[in-house]
Amino acid sequence: MTAGAPVRRLTVEDVVVDAVVYAGVGLAFVVTLYPFVYVLSMSISDPVAVVRREVFLLPKGFSLAAYRTVLNDPIVLRSYYNTIWYTGVGTALNLVFTVMAAYPLSKRNFSARRVLMFLFVFTMFFSGGLIPLFVLVAKLGLYGTRWSIVLPTVIATFNLIICRTFFQTLPEDLFECARIEGAGEWRIVYKIVLPLSKPIIAVLVLFYGVTHWNSFFWALLFLPTADLHPIQIYLRRVLIQASPEAVQQFETGEAGEGVMAMVQIKFAVMIVAVLPILLLYPFLQKYFVKGMLIGALKG
Amino acid sequence: MMILPFAYYVIFHYVPMAGIVLAFQDYKMGRGVFGSDWVGFRWFVEFFQSFYFTRLMRNTLLFSLYSIVFGFPVPIIFALMLNELKVAPLKRVAQTVSYLPFFISLVIIVGMQVTFLSPNNGVVNVAIKALGGEPVNFMGQQSWFRPLFVGSGIWQHFGFSSIIYLAAIAGISQELYDAAEVDGASRMQRIRHVTLPGMASVIIILLILNLGRLLTVEWEKILLMYTPATYEVADVIMTYVYRRGIIDSKYGFAAAVNLFLNVVNLAFLVFFNRLARRFTDTSLW
Repeated sequence: MTAGAPVRRLTVEDVVVDAVVYAGVGLAFVVTLYPFVYVLSMSISDPVAVVRREVFLLPKGFSLAAYRTVLNDPIVLRSYYNTIWYTGVGTALNLVFTVMAAYPLSKRNFSARRVLMFLFVFTMFFSGGLIPLFVLVAKLGLYGTRWSIVLPTVIATFNLIICRTFFQTLPEDLFECARIEGAGEWRIVYKIVLPLSKPIIAVLVLFYGVTHWNSFFWALLFLPTADLHPIQIYLRRVLIQASPEAVQQFETGEAGEGVMAMVQIKFAVMIVAVLPILLLYPFLQKYFVKGMLIGALKG
Repeated sequence: MMILPFAYYVIFHYVPMAGIVLAFQDYKMGRGVFGSDWVGFRWFVEFFQSFYFTRLMRNTLLFSLYSIVFGFPVPIIFALMLNELKVAPLKRVAQTVSYLPFFISLVIIVGMQVTFLSPNNGVVNVAIKALGGEPVNFMGQQSWFRPLFVGSGIWQHFGFSSIIYLAAIAGISQELYDAAEVDGASRMQRIRHVTLPGMASVIIILLILNLGRLLTVEWEKILLMYTPATYEVADVIMTYVYRRGIIDSKYGFAAAVNLFLNVVNLAFLVFFNRLARRFTDTSLW
């Protein structure tokens, strides 16, 4: 309400609206947050309380036994390393490819611009489907290698569009000057475009990074052997399929403690897997919103 | 600079598009596209005549329909409520928390579902038992599958989807509110006659875009959630393509089913995009 607006008496309706708003937003808040709080509490409570099902909201007692088990498990560590690899290498390649495509497409005097843009955007609406892609990856010899995870998705067209939209807002005069000074296009991208494009680079890094971190399907499709599996495939095995061997692997160590910690392990693994997302959350939130709005304006 | 990105699109998008020919072949990995036998429309006929066809179409359409009917209004209502919440810090906290599920992986979301709803020791059933009820095997029951799928989808997306509506509300001129207030409009009347009309075009565009994706279900989540016990109500075209094609290696048949889906999807998209262009001034292309 602006300062100049006439002061009104609070009516019954105002009170009712306020009540509904607080109740609604409160409900959304609780429903969204509760699962996370519960998982965290279960993971750090005393294993005895966890087994007895005494934890409902806040932790009971305190123990890091489950985390010790999880972080000493070679399969967890290997999966975690794999996920970091896919996220790191994948995002770096994504970034390079996306910028290389977006920069020429942002130039109005680039003659193939319209044709290429059409070819690229068309893939958002129609594709050959899962099977031809699977066969292709097999025929290229990528099946069962790390490259099968990063190469088939090296450019996300939506991200290409927002990147190009951003580049179009950069002043062309600046590039003209650099060209007169004798700089080539690669040099211009490296020395002028990228330093001016930090916000969009952040958006891209986070969009691509989160996608890689959370992705499970490509690994399910292309990686038959467990030693290349990312953490999400491991989580699927432990949390969803509850596969006996996945659970068994934790039954080493002291008999009683091992069994008790087992129930807790699922919760600890979940926390370990979302930790990077939670740590980056302030940035994620800011740049995702920014990226979404650029994309929405355009699309 | 364009060479590598161009090569990427050709290799990983346009070569598979040409790979559509698999749908008309009895494709064998060892014999390749040029060595496999042609079968014409056999796979399509086989698929349309199988009982899977109606089951998959029904499931796909029901998932989409329920998601739109129950899921579409939620971010709109949430945005309206946030807008009425005049205590800025509370608003910011609620907004921040509501985006969080959007960033969580499907595996963890389904993993939380399975863990929370587990019949022997999941927190929900522990609570049900404590209140004297009988434990329910939520994940294993057909009647619970659709509510759980749609519900977790709403849970994951309502906060993030509200961003675009909040942006639309932020674009409404304050003068309109002041004028309405001078004219004696109550709070509900201002919501109804100023805020909602200000959001209307965004709502219509998003609704039409959603309808255009009527056959696009978040099938990776179904792949994680379903079990043979729930296939009957859970199986959709893409999960079926995955099982037949990748697990059973029936490449030709699965490629045909997938191609059918992609063609219908494209047709839907074109149709609803036309509609969008006709009724609003925005469209995808």
